[in-house]
Amino acid sequence: MLRYPYFPGCTLRAKAKGFDASALASARALGVELQELENWQCCGATFPLQADNSFPLVSPGRTLAAARKKGDKLITLCSACYNVLKRTNHVFRTHRDRRDKVNAFIEEEYTGDLEVMHFLEVLRDDVGFEALARKVRISLHDLAVAPYYGCLLLRPPKELRFDDAEAPRIMEDFLLALGCKVIDHPYKIECCGSYVALEAGDLATSASRLVVESARSRGARMIVTSCPLCQYNLDVAQRGTAGANGRGLPVIYFTQLLAMALELPEEVLYFHGHVIPPGPLLRSIEVRGSESIA
Amino acid sequence: MRLSRDAISSEDKRKLRDISGEQVQSCYQCGKCSAGCAMTGMMDLLPHQVIRLLQLGQVQEALASRTIWLCASCLACSTRCPRGVSLPSVMESLRVTFLRPGGRHLDPVSIPADVLENAPEQALVAGLRKYT
Amino acid sequence: MRAGVFVCWCGLNIGGVVDVPKVIEEISSCPGVVRAVDYRYMCSDPGQQLIRDVIREARLDGVVIAACSPGMHESTFRAVAGSAGANPFRCEIANIREQCSWPHQDEPGEATRKAVELIRAAIEKVRGDEALLALSIPVTRRALVIGAGIAGMQAALDIADAGCEVVLVERLPFIGGHMAQLSETFPTLDCSQCILTPKTSEVGRHTRIKLLVNSEVEGVSGYVGNFTVKIRKRAAYVNWDICTGCGACTEKCPARVRSGFERGLATEPAISIAFPQAVPHKPVIRPDACRHFTRARCGVCEKVCPVGAIDFGQQDTLVEEKVGAIVVATGYELHPKAKVGEYGYGTYPDVIDGLEFERLNSASGPTQGAIRRPSDGKVPKEVVFIQCVGSRDQENGYPYCSKICCMYTAKHARLYKHKVPDGQPYVFYMDVRAGGKGYEEFVQHAMEKEGVLYLRGRVSRVFQDGDSLVVFGVDTLSGKKVEIRADMVVLATAIVPSSGAKELARLLKTSTDEYGFFSEAHPKLRPVESLTRGIYIAGCAQAPKDIPETVTQAGSAAAKVLALLSAQEISHSPIVAAVDEELCSGCGLCVEACAYEARTLDLRRRVAVVNDVLCEGCGACAVACPNGATRQKNMARGQVISMIDAMMG
Repeated sequence: MLRYPYFPGCTLRAKAKGFDASALASARALGVELQELENWQCCGATFPLQADNSFPLVSPGRTLAAARKKGDKLITLCSACYNVLKRTNHVFRTHRDRRDKVNAFIEEEYTGDLEVMHFLEVLRDDVGFEALARKVRISLHDLAVAPYYGCLLLRPPKELRFDDAEAPRIMEDFLLALGCKVIDHPYKIECCGSYVALEAGDLATSASRLVVESARSRGARMIVTSCPLCQYNLDVAQRGTAGANGRGLPVIYFTQLLAMALELPEEVLYFHGHVIPPGPLLRSIEVRGSESIA
Repeated sequence: MRLSRDAISSEDKRKLRDISGEQVQSCYQCGKCSAGCAMTGMMDLLPHQVIRLLQLGQVQEALASRTIWLCASCLACSTRCPRGVSLPSVMESLRVTFLRPGGRHLDPVSIPADVLENAPEQALVAGLRKYT
Repeated sequence: MRAGVFVCWCGLNIGGVVDVPKVIEEISSCPGVVRAVDYRYMCSDPGQQLIRDVIREARLDGVVIAACSPGMHESTFRAVAGSAGANPFRCEIANIREQCSWPHQDEPGEATRKAVELIRAAIEKVRGDEALLALSIPVTRRALVIGAGIAGMQAALDIADAGCEVVLVERLPFIGGHMAQLSETFPTLDCSQCILTPKTSEVGRHTRIKLLVNSEVEGVSGYVGNFTVKIRKRAAYVNWDICTGCGACTEKCPARVRSGFERGLATEPAISIAFPQAVPHKPVIRPDACRHFTRARCGVCEKVCPVGAIDFGQQDTLVEEKVGAIVVATGYELHPKAKVGEYGYGTYPDVIDGLEFERLNSASGPTQGAIRRPSDGKVPKEVVFIQCVGSRDQENGYPYCSKICCMYTAKHARLYKHKVPDGQPYVFYMDVRAGGKGYEEFVQHAMEKEGVLYLRGRVSRVFQDGDSLVVFGVDTLSGKKVEIRADMVVLATAIVPSSGAKELARLLKTSTDEYGFFSEAHPKLRPVESLTRGIYIAGCAQAPKDIPETVTQAGSAAAKVLALLSAQEISHSPIVAAVDEELCSGCGLCVEACAYEARTLDLRRRVAVVNDVLCEGCGACAVACPNGATRQKNMARGQVISMIDAMMG
């Protein structure tokens, strides 16, 4: 059993419970134990873009310093947490002044020698997509799924080094391991509107609709993402339009699909509160039982 | 627009540079940022035009633009920028120029109830940090 | 010693900071100094005459010139000293401009003190200098030209026409380079092949040009005037001596392979001649595709060849050539479009580069000159041209301007309109750089008369949507985002040095810039000379340039080569290493330290020796020698110590 320190983040313990629960259960089924950090606090949800202000780095810095005492890797699930923690870690590695300032404040000596990882990377590098494919109990071979990366997993590429920022592959490879039919679409790396949903809801909706339409028009029946805000924006953008005429695309977390493929109990999925409920689609999938795979 | 030495290298502009850590003078106005921006639908100025105003020292005009509040910090622009200018950092420097002295761009009370109820915590935290 | 010190004011450059009269006063009392004089411009004719007069009149045997950097005028002043009867190698420069007055402009007092110290050190150097004689080396009156594109061919023809023999080495099996791939050339739109074939055939039949195609330089030794070059002639698996170039083999060959000449837009037989006008008109077999090699059976070409020229057993051969000068004309390649992910993952077949467009438009190309897009052969009605792809992009490509793209993009757009009159070409540009005779007019014609729509801005993304390519761009002049559903996209990708340029530079012991373009000795005044004597540069090997400029530079390099080869002997600095054989233990550390292969061991006598003409006088061996047996002439240990003492004062 591999054990890693794990940072859930606030959204996963409130409105995105299904993301957290499905990930923890799937990880366990795959021989990975995600050990939640004690006393973690919000990462700040958005990386501060102010060169003259290190104060917003305090909270993620404290998380990183605490995680370093538990191991040399920290696993994240939410794209925003991943982005903020990894970029903060980059500041600790490359900006001596800012590091010293934050360390002095939080009374730590943290140097940035932690690897901030996304759970997708654990699946790829530690579990392995081939091994994952062998553990799939319900092959999703009829399900046409469009991956959606959004921004926070990919950019800035020079700091995150997560995947090719213009032509990422990791979600596609993950979906192929689950047996899905992968729908490539150009808007998988375009912005959904993010927090602008609060200020100019219509603008975020129109950005998100372009993403949904790009997936739908290429034959996708579902979109997977790893960011709660993307999930929200893409889902609510379909309110009253696509949803109404039954052509809506459910938007779910990649870990929910993973848990399904591993035939984990339904309680870990938490499918509720969706504008486009994924239930009907998922139930309609022709499943191939575990006995035929074994 | 009247240009002068004082306007082009004003104190306001220097402050923006300190906050953002970016040199707007590096920009050669190719517009690649605007070409790929997902949020231009409601912008009154395209992102490269905001940078241009700053190059010309027109900080107040840039501050008055709706554009700076519509940037979602998705970094599509800075990832592809041939001159290595982080536009999202410049946008942030303009926002905080307004916010730091106590300005509030978004009244939390004005957020629709269904958004408050359903939007993920991440959206509320990020949004309120950008707008208040 | 009877030394004279000549202090130059260099107008205000030195005189405005350093107190020259005070320097003269202090220096006059130095032991051995019999005259100290100053002058406003020592390098001027009257200044030089002053030096000569003083040398003769005061019977000087040592000269110190306190002036600018030795890089500027050391050779001038040594020649002056020599012409007045003094030994040129007992004339030393004290650099009181670059190393004194310029950096210390704000502290004139200190600058004056430092000038005196620098001059004192130079006086000590002269005191220890031997009266050396310049060495002379014989010259091999042949030249090597590496690369047979338009640059290499032009240089080779100019040198050969002047009477010297040329060895012309080309990596590909044919000559002509990228120019052979072009359809038409700007700004006159004449057919590239039509103006190129007279050159290629002249090169092919020139009695003084020894053409080695399908060959690469593998080793270079020697020095200016006397290089020995090892060249690998790769096996063609065809005996070219008897092959008539009839083409029967290429017609019958059953194996197909992507054609490099056609930029992958077409296939060719595994045995083929790249294009109809190829010189030499002989086929080569590609062993990675030929069934004889990949499946150990076939041999169709062997059966159909009427003269029995197929030779599957042919081996690479190594050729050695002796030459006096080398011209590097290795040309360019295009930045791989696969590296520009945002313009199509490098995977969309209808996103092509400039050279691919040339092939599409070429009468001998894969579409016989019809503009048909690669994916489905459809005639594209909306074509987007994007300039500055990878160039002028310091973050994701190269910071430099590729120089020729503005012109060839205008050319492409115009040629496209000629072939598809109802089509619409769009050009995304940042600036139109059209400096050159007839160039601006050419671009204006495209906009004004031929309906090419120029959009000022970069493109952010290109992606496939069904049958079309969606282009996200901007027109910064109107301040609008632009979206175009295009049928084909042509990228003007950055010009980069051809592969292997840095390795070749290492073989030649010369240098390139960080991108791999060969460095010129001086960007303005010595643009065709490399940093290594006897090695010259022409064409895009040095930097991106168009055909007229390339031809000009190639002619200039040829002139430099001819100037070198026309001398019976060339002189070499006598400031080289020397060995005190009494002290030398033959340990060989100096041999390892030498970067110029100038040091060897005489095994019989167990001492190290110096090959004077190879020695560049860098001093590395003198430093490496553990018992002080190697010394650098006119840089002897005691001499240097007394220079330091003089400065410490």
